[in-house]
Amino acid sequence: MKTKSWISPWLFVAPALLWLGVFSFWPSINTIILAFTNAKPLGGDVEFVGLSNFSYMFRDPQLMNALLNSLVFMLICLPLLTILPLLIAMLLEKKLKGISFFRTAFYTPVIASAVVVALIWTWLLDEQGLVNNMAQALGLITEPIPFLTDRWLVIFSAISLTVWKGLGYYMIIYLAALANVSKDLHEAAAMDGAGPIRRFWSVTVPGVRNTMALIAVLVCVSALRVFSELYILTGGSGGPGGEAMSIVMLIQQYARGFAGDLGYASALSLLLFAVTLVPLLILGKINKKVNES
Amino acid sequence: MSTPNSTLEETRKAPEAAATEAKKKAGRKPKRGFSSIGTMSPTEKWIRYVLLIVVLLICIGPFLWEFSTSLKGADEDIYTDVPSFFPASPTIDNYIRAFMAVPIFSFIGNSLFVAAVGVTGNIVFATLAGYAIARLKFRGSKIVLGLLLASLILPGEATIVSQFLLVSELGLADTLLGVALPGMVAPLNVLLMYNAFRVMPEELDQAGVIDGANAWQRLWHIGVPSVRGTIAVVAIFSFIGAWDDFLWPLIVLTTPENFTLTIGLQYLAGTFATDQRLIAAGAMIAFIPIAIVFAVLQRHFFKGVEEGGVKG
Repeated sequence: MKTKSWISPWLFVAPALLWLGVFSFWPSINTIILAFTNAKPLGGDVEFVGLSNFSYMFRDPQLMNALLNSLVFMLICLPLLTILPLLIAMLLEKKLKGISFFRTAFYTPVIASAVVVALIWTWLLDEQGLVNNMAQALGLITEPIPFLTDRWLVIFSAISLTVWKGLGYYMIIYLAALANVSKDLHEAAAMDGAGPIRRFWSVTVPGVRNTMALIAVLVCVSALRVFSELYILTGGSGGPGGEAMSIVMLIQQYARGFAGDLGYASALSLLLFAVTLVPLLILGKINKKVNES
Repeated sequence: MSTPNSTLEETRKAPEAAATEAKKKAGRKPKRGFSSIGTMSPTEKWIRYVLLIVVLLICIGPFLWEFSTSLKGADEDIYTDVPSFFPASPTIDNYIRAFMAVPIFSFIGNSLFVAAVGVTGNIVFATLAGYAIARLKFRGSKIVLGLLLASLILPGEATIVSQFLLVSELGLADTLLGVALPGMVAPLNVLLMYNAFRVMPEELDQAGVIDGANAWQRLWHIGVPSVRGTIAVVAIFSFIGAWDDFLWPLIVLTTPENFTLTIGLQYLAGTFATDQRLIAAGAMIAFIPIAIVFAVLQRHFFKGVEEGGVKG
């Protein structure tokens, strides 16, 4: 009886721990080791090459492009995906008739695969697609806009796609937070003659402040991890001359095939981990400050 | 669903009964501020509906346009200046062509296999682990929890290279098992289940202990029935995750017969890049099943998310 009681918890957690070790922790350690080698996807002798994978990073023009792209991606997504989902959640907050239909519909882009969604947008933004044709029919433009063949335009297209797909996801998180904002405060503010905009800034925003910080971090991290959207919109090429690549696209390129370089791909993976850590550390700092005050 | 106004009416007539009714509906305390709904002016209501419809069009418009394109026949111009939303003579021709162009049935089968492994693995293992950490007091449970939390800061993309090497060494490169295996237990799902079990009333478990039920019996008869909502959320998240995943199967799979639907779709789009009707049909074939799954289960999903949010 006694032995049973200490064994069974470990039996319960064993599969999860095994998976965590084998498919998460071991690959992380192995990534660190590989980053110092010249391992190739097709085998062959593996040698330690010191820091050369890391020093190559500074000379890699593709990586510089990817970092710049990721930075732009993050800085535009951040305000849009922190604010817009909150506004939509506020629309859904009141129990109007049919509200659950709207909620489900707004969530649809989240459940669709990034591949499906990116193909839909490829068609919308095609030189002969809906957006260009309508803009031309309305006389807004005379020549089609090359959304998918210009480096920055394709990045902005991928950003709009990411924002569109992310609205529903963050909206749900905000909805849960809004439910906990005191209605009395709203009513008190309304009594004091505060208009809707005033109440938004002085009641709603402070009420969901913690959620907002969390969402800001989630948005940044997922912007740094962007892959499928850019991959599909550029047909796997990373745009003209591969200039519209993201960090993960570079990793994927180096991970396979004859031109592959697992050592360098691993070094890039470590870089990706490091840059995604920055927003998390900032959140940790903010939380600490809030807890102290 | 009764309208807010009629709910208010009921509240006036029989406060007690209506309150319990609302409690049942919401599954928790009736929200404060019901009165503010009653005071919503008709103008505000209209503005809200107009805005809701604008957002609705933005969110589902692109899907409808793709669906419309997929139904347009070869003789219908899809590049018109003024877009025609409704196909002149709807046809399933493009769908038939898509099924002929690439082995979509086997793509669907492959995706279903990967999704089934992911859903089963996550439900079973996340429930077991979550229950043990939350409910079975054992030495080291804090460490296990810490490891799970630590793994969350690791972006999956950062370990994908080593993960592929590992899967290759296991002889699973270019196999569906290689695609499915790493996703069988997601730390986030374990934490979701942990959260759900943690807020389960202590007395329930105590009663089981007194009755002499062992850990397994308590989990099965007491634990699982009280966290059904979270299990649904885990199931839906794992299904969507597996069905929609792109990067990992793209790295693991090389032979077209083994492709999952997303990879197959990308392959279709790459091979027939200029045939927008065909690509649209392919996209809809990948989208419609998951839309149906979600439409059927959305009630459980949103309820589970709400519970998780409120309790967590």
